[in-house]
Amino acid sequence: MAQKRRTSANFSSLPVILLLGLISLPLLLMYAYLFIDTVTDSQAGSLVPSQFTLRHWSFLWETKTGKPNIWRVTFNTFIFASSITAVILLVSSMAGYVLSRLNVPARGVFLAGVMVLHAFPSVTLIIAIFVVLQWIGLYNSLIGVILVKAAIDLPLGIWLMKGFYDTVPWEIEMAGLVDGASRFTVWRRLVLPQIKPAIMALGLFSFLTGWSEFILPQVLAPGAQVQVLSVYLAGLIVDDNNFDFGTFKAVGVFYVVPVLILYVFFQKHLMNIYGGGTKG
Amino acid sequence: MRILLEKFSKSFGSTKVIEDMDLDVGSGEMLALLGPSGCGKSTTLFSICGIHRPTSGRILFGNKDVTDLPSQERNVGVVFQSYALYPHMTAAENIGFPLTVRRVATAEIRKRVAEIAALVHIDNLLDRRPSQLSGGQQQRVALARALIRRPDVLLLDEPLANLDAKLRLEMRSEIRRLQKETGITAILVTHDQVEAMSMCDRIAIMKAGEIVQIATPSEMYNDPRTAFVAGFLGNPPISFLKGTAEQGEFVLGDGSIRLPLAALSGMPDGTPLMLGVRPEHFGNGGDVPVTGRISFAETQGRENLYDVMFADGSVLRSIQPVRGDLKPGDDVRWNLDSKAAFVFAEDGRRL
Ligand SMILES: Nc1ncnc2c1ncn2[C@@H]1O[C@H](COP(=O)(O)OP(=O)(O)OP(=O)(O)O)[C@@H](O)[C@H]1O
Ligand SMILES: [Mg+2]
Repeated sequence: MAQKRRTSANFSSLPVILLLGLISLPLLLMYAYLFIDTVTDSQAGSLVPSQFTLRHWSFLWETKTGKPNIWRVTFNTFIFASSITAVILLVSSMAGYVLSRLNVPARGVFLAGVMVLHAFPSVTLIIAIFVVLQWIGLYNSLIGVILVKAAIDLPLGIWLMKGFYDTVPWEIEMAGLVDGASRFTVWRRLVLPQIKPAIMALGLFSFLTGWSEFILPQVLAPGAQVQVLSVYLAGLIVDDNNFDFGTFKAVGVFYVVPVLILYVFFQKHLMNIYGGGTKG
Repeated sequence: MRILLEKFSKSFGSTKVIEDMDLDVGSGEMLALLGPSGCGKSTTLFSICGIHRPTSGRILFGNKDVTDLPSQERNVGVVFQSYALYPHMTAAENIGFPLTVRRVATAEIRKRVAEIAALVHIDNLLDRRPSQLSGGQQQRVALARALIRRPDVLLLDEPLANLDAKLRLEMRSEIRRLQKETGITAILVTHDQVEAMSMCDRIAIMKAGEIVQIATPSEMYNDPRTAFVAGFLGNPPISFLKGTAEQGEFVLGDGSIRLPLAALSGMPDGTPLMLGVRPEHFGNGGDVPVTGRISFAETQGRENLYDVMFADGSVLRSIQPVRGDLKPGDDVRWNLDSKAAFVFAEDGRRL
């Protein structure tokens, strides 16, 4: 805080703001037009809209031929993102604990392995995963792609959770044990509540990455019944014959609104994951 | 319940912390574990309550071998060095937790929490979380949590370390009273010798993972087995003189001071020795006069403390009733009580 005040005393902040504003102008314009274009029609080449219309939003109430129903797709996306969140939270909250606290054999190797997995670009695996999924019959199913996405995101979750567990004092667990609680009860009733903020943050984080995932569903679950929003959105522009930018933008806006809402309500929790602190 | 450690050893990886310790704490007894930081006091406690597995040796409660019994089945109450309260629970929930995990009925828990809270005087703080309590209050919550399930054994790891002097005095007698009333066998770990001497039936002094001596407080004070023990008990502490034996006399450093001591008769000339003299045994009333110069004087209210330096630079401490006639730099000729002085060999063994 003091740092900030000192800088603003030495330099006037007005030029900085002006400069930043100028640089961000194209970005702002893009966002503005993203929205404006969805509710207006304009002449080709003109920046000024000529009339108001809701026609681009018609995808909400009528299903186009050859496209899945938007609500079905939204529901799929929601299921996809929440399932990933659930799997990641469940597995990494337990795995992180084990890696942080229990004397498992080859713990170091395992931790290093998890780290490597996290750094590994998942796209390189996609052909192999495709083959595997087809072979076990999970190709073109939500379950299949949920499992794959969760597995790819798990290393990060496990590492984060381990880090948070490391900050919980040992004595709390010792006290729990001599108080007569089982190891599981100690974890569930005493340790888990200490890292609640971390759980919140990781949950949000997982939900958002799930919501925005494109490549995996595109390759592994492109079917109409299991499509998610990102795939649906991409489907709108692959079709060269009837290019509809208005609808494309409308779907785009529709797609980011939940993300924005989540950010507005939970940004405090999200900051936690980058700050690494456990204060709620 | 009697606690017995037999040939108990504990190492962490390759570091040996405790080696072949034997310890016998009688039923209903309160024992103090006293020793410098890092000597293995907490490690011993953690092994008794089952958090650490002994590397070798046995631990018995009564006649029952608990060496391989998990913590949950040992019925031991522990007050940790850092209290280890559960931060997300209120004081009442903290205290009631041992009963909650045993599935005791809620009404019964509430009743017993109220009882024990009244006993340690925190009945008005039960709705607060640990972060809203002072150190002394947290400590009492921890004590209540350790006592609520009526443990067979109570282990206290420096429970009074974070309290102010007055509260410490109060809690000292409080804990002792509770321990006597309930007849619990207790082990108290402490750095504070006054605490150990005033609260406990016996004291065990530890050094580097070994028990050097175990005795009642007065035995320990009047009959220390090593120079380490003598140096550990007593405030102000004992002072040591280095010298040699010569014809039944203790000869200080350069030979300028010779003290005839009965205990030295028959000792070969030239044996290196250490003489331990407690401050109350040097001053007026001893039998061997020595001359020195006051190098430091300090008043402690009821008594004055003097450091007397001899020609060779060695120092003896003296504690005397307050007097105003002496100041640093004055030469004095005071008596040393030769019967009360301890003679140690060079390696610290008492002779
Ligand atoms: N988990 C552990 N791993 C390795 N070494 C340990 C472990 N716990 C304790 N030690 C070592 O064992 C020795 C004894 O530790 P302990 O905690 O018992 O000391 P203490 O007597 O309780 O000291 P203090 O009075 O400072 O609490 C120390 O040297 C410490 O470094
Ligand atoms: Mg300790």
